[in-house]
Amino acid sequence: MIEIDQVSKSYGERRVVDRLSLTVGAGELCVLIGTSGCGKSTTLRMINRLLPSDSGSIRVGGEDVASVPAEALRRRIGYAIQSIGLFPHWTVADNIATVPRLLKWREARVRDRVGELLELFRLDPPTYRGKYPHQLSGGEQQRVGVARALAADPELLLMDEPFAAVDPITRDALQAELAHIHRATGKTIVFVTHDIEEALRLATRIAIMDSGRIVQLGEPLDILEHPVNDFVRDFLGHQGLGLKLLSVRRIADRLRRDETAEGEPLALDASLGEALSAMTTRHTDRLPVSDTEGRKIGVIALGDLVR
Amino acid sequence: MRRGGRLVANPVLWVGLLFAMLLLRMDALGPLFRLEFPGIEPVIYNRDSFLALFLSQFVLVAVASLAASLAGVALAVFVTRPAGRDFRAMVDALATVGQTFPPAAVLAITVPMVGFGARPTVIALFVYGLLPIIENAVAGLEGVPQGVREAAEGMGLSAWQRLCQVDLPLAAPVILAGIRVSVTIAIGTATIGSTVGALTLGTPIFDGLVANKLPFVLEGAVLVALFAILTDLLFARLDRWLQPMGE
Repeated sequence: MIEIDQVSKSYGERRVVDRLSLTVGAGELCVLIGTSGCGKSTTLRMINRLLPSDSGSIRVGGEDVASVPAEALRRRIGYAIQSIGLFPHWTVADNIATVPRLLKWREARVRDRVGELLELFRLDPPTYRGKYPHQLSGGEQQRVGVARALAADPELLLMDEPFAAVDPITRDALQAELAHIHRATGKTIVFVTHDIEEALRLATRIAIMDSGRIVQLGEPLDILEHPVNDFVRDFLGHQGLGLKLLSVRRIADRLRRDETAEGEPLALDASLGEALSAMTTRHTDRLPVSDTEGRKIGVIALGDLVR
Repeated sequence: MRRGGRLVANPVLWVGLLFAMLLLRMDALGPLFRLEFPGIEPVIYNRDSFLALFLSQFVLVAVASLAASLAGVALAVFVTRPAGRDFRAMVDALATVGQTFPPAAVLAITVPMVGFGARPTVIALFVYGLLPIIENAVAGLEGVPQGVREAAEGMGLSAWQRLCQVDLPLAAPVILAGIRVSVTIAIGTATIGSTVGALTLGTPIFDGLVANKLPFVLEGAVLVALFAILTDLLFARLDRWLQPMGE
């Protein structure tokens, strides 16, 4: 879906992105993570040409972004940012309808699409359509911001620290919604953050960046288990590394099939961290596990978590 | 019922009525003026009708302010775009210089160039009214939140669409405030145009000063003041109408 090939970008003498190459496959949720100034946002903004690259090429869907008019390119790519940037003088419905209207959709189709997206983000359409952004909470504003980015059903979604400014509880809910939407729609998403927990939770692949280069690229579990150097180790954090591993590993890999236990079952795709949490609160060392249809199919035991 | 109550409480209505009555029937106050200023005849200015003076001043102010608004907003848009950023300091300086010239000095310079009458007055009002409009329009356009601008660009609005659908509507209340100040100043300043032969409500004031007829000065001054107050009230209404977001 995205092929970034040897791309560089400098501001004066300072090289912010340094011969960076990265390929993101269709349906991936690729997280770019690093400290401030590592070039992650710059990289993201070069994909939809908010910034021009100095050298190298970026292709989206096989097409060089430099060969397409910038406006047409951006209307095909969803874009959500930390400051959200809802238009304060437009209603929620008009905000979400921005790109569909730019693409000259018929008004009936725009209306249907707005309703569909409000439902997807659990915002009751009759209540929320006519509200103005200042009447919404921070979490609702960010939901509308992401809904607006998805409005024209773009093949690709770029997100620049979209949840960094909301409170932890809202952030948790928004992350769960994004994970759900990613699974349900199969959109390709490039997501910039500086929060490693967020990256581990959402990413199918993580690119850890430093000084304009990718230091390590891999699946969350792979990066946690095999950090390539001290920079990555520092970045992952020495404290709580074991808990991070638990939050990335899935129950499915440690399941004891054909055993049973009492109690409310856990989902097969829950993390080991969630299993540990449930065991702690329920004062037990064994919990039943169910498949997607809710049938109990096995057990997860405390000892299995640390195997 | 409540609508009617609000209409009665509306100052625009009362100031407007008072202004209209004085414009059309100042002569009805003749006995009052004679009581206060005995021996002055005529006691009510009668070389032109007040209505004609008002209409003439209205046209002068409207033409100058409309031109200043268009030019001021256009300049502000230009210097807040990437292409015009380098001209920002120059435009600021020019507008400030325009403001520091006393209007009488602008008239003294323009009269030799364009002659007496309405034209030097319109030019002076235009030059003089430009600064508050440019200042406010630049502030308004720069006050559009960075995130809103970035989102608009990132979603694929063209530069023109961003200007018309995002920047100008969001800056509108601040731009309007600048135009309001400019027009109010212009109404007062326009009276000086009477010294170079423009017809305004300042004409009775200057005639009264020259002929030592205080009633003329009073009549002109009261009407100019009411004109300015009424205009300001109308702008206040427009401002409220421009804020549809229930804030």
